Amino acid sequence: MSAASPTVRQGAATRAILYAILLVFAVIYLLPLYVMLTTSFKTLDEIHQGNMLALPGEWTFAPWREAWGSACIGLECEGVHGYFFNSIKIVIPAVLISGLLGAFNGYVLTKWKFRGHKIVFGLILFSCFIPFQIILLPMARMLGILHLANSTWGLVLVHIVYGIGFTTLFFRNFYASFPDELVRAAQLDGAGFFVIFFRILLPASIPIIVVTIIWQFTNVWNDFLFGVSFASGDSAPITVALNNLVNSSTGVKAYNVNMAAAMVAAVPTLIVYILAGKYFLRGLMSGSVKG
Amino acid sequence: MSNASPDRDGGARERLQRWLPKLVLSPSCVLVLFFVYGFIAWTSYISFSDSGMMPDYTWVGLHQWSRLWTSWTWGIALHNIWVFGLLYIVSCIVLGLVLAILLDQRIRAEGVLRTIYLYPMALSFIVTGTAWQWFLNPGLGLEKTMHDLGWQSFSFNWLIDSNMAIYTVVIAAVWQATGFVMAMFLAGLRGIDGEMIKAAQIDGAPAWKIYARIIIPQLRPVFMSAVVVLAHLAIKSFDLIVAMTGGGPGNATAVPATFMYSYAFSRNEMGIAAASAVFMLAVIAALIIPYLYSELREPRS
Repeated sequence: MSAASPTVRQGAATRAILYAILLVFAVIYLLPLYVMLTTSFKTLDEIHQGNMLALPGEWTFAPWREAWGSACIGLECEGVHGYFFNSIKIVIPAVLISGLLGAFNGYVLTKWKFRGHKIVFGLILFSCFIPFQIILLPMARMLGILHLANSTWGLVLVHIVYGIGFTTLFFRNFYASFPDELVRAAQLDGAGFFVIFFRILLPASIPIIVVTIIWQFTNVWNDFLFGVSFASGDSAPITVALNNLVNSSTGVKAYNVNMAAAMVAAVPTLIVYILAGKYFLRGLMSGSVKG
Repeated sequence: MSNASPDRDGGARERLQRWLPKLVLSPSCVLVLFFVYGFIAWTSYISFSDSGMMPDYTWVGLHQWSRLWTSWTWGIALHNIWVFGLLYIVSCIVLGLVLAILLDQRIRAEGVLRTIYLYPMALSFIVTGTAWQWFLNPGLGLEKTMHDLGWQSFSFNWLIDSNMAIYTVVIAAVWQATGFVMAMFLAGLRGIDGEMIKAAQIDGAPAWKIYARIIIPQLRPVFMSAVVVLAHLAIKSFDLIVAMTGGGPGNATAVPATFMYSYAFSRNEMGIAAASAVFMLAVIAALIIPYLYSELREPRS
């Protein structure tokens, strides 16, 4: 708790107002999620007649089943499950490889400094912040040349390349505060580059590994721009499928199915957030402020 | 390793050890140099070329740039990003600061509230856009709910109103990012030195005055970070607009990011698309480079 908080003496009325305001905000923040969830369990009739804020009169799982297995996206009517697995196929290699590269980079940039190491880090770091519009056109061509267009492997490559900046930032800041003496002592004992990394630094890196995995997982899972630009059709990730489902203008809008599909897209990152919110926040903060 | 020539072996091993760090760093460097800086150079060149559907390396000077600048849609996109960016940054900072100060009053269940305020940040913009599009749906959403509750004159059709649609995007974007800004301010508040505050309290200064005169001025670095991060998020905003309004009605909610995408992939005007992307990069670079420079210049203790 804050030692700086200048509110030592507050009346009961002030406290009540304070809690009321905070509670109102909490309700506002939860409301869209609540509406999304309840809508996904309602029948279309009830959506058209009933109140958006009411709980479902009769609970139905049909919208979830349809969203998962039979909703029409484009010409195919197989739901979002294939795209969900596409996202998983993209996320796992992209997170692991960009994380590993970032860990090595952070290690070299802090424990094996060379002339110009700051410039190298600056150049890598700047890549976190570029608007990706600047690379869309050449990347589309490059993926075509590499025969990776419209494939999940193409997106894996894209996410690795543009994930390196953040993963390097995380590990560099973490290793910067790791005592140099330990590294030097190991060197005197004859330990080499990789031995020091795997035996000494890596075992101490669990927190930053968790932060990096969560950050990369969330970013890659939630990506839409790369997905919609480089992977149409069967290889699209879940976000692209969701957008196609919701914003395709054919037929009657099945809001309950849309909301169920949105929940399917949201659940993995929500679970990660609920289980490891502390690490999620740390990632966000070190992405914005020097850690 | 052989015992015959320990010196030469040792030398080779040492040389390898000396090169190993750079060797390990080099794949990332090659990837970044090629896929970031090489691609930036390529796109920049294309913005001065005659490229349409396919790249055409004929140099045409500022032709594409002047076409961009005379484009009616680009004018709307620039106007929108100003309105959106300004409202988004100011609202997030004001709300985030207020929430942080309120949460900093030894609140019970602070952890739970913080979790609730921050969770939208874990969602994809596409999910957020889908949810808010439904929530603000003029026929079935908030408007109907208010009518059902007895407020018959309540009207909220911004989503389909060309003049107002951009504000619905602001609402959803603020909803998504405020918790994050709050967390930044909360961390800042927790890091403030309590001595001056105690002194002011002993002098009998009221709480609001202590905040206005002592605490908020000390949060200046957090304001800086928040503005940079939010501005950067705003300029890159693409997903949320696509999911909520698709840039419509008409072109009413076009922003530079959606403009670039549609010229690149639907209209096959590579030259103009490249010029708009270079412009976005230039704005972000002008914002980020000084920030990164000041952050990296010297190690903070």
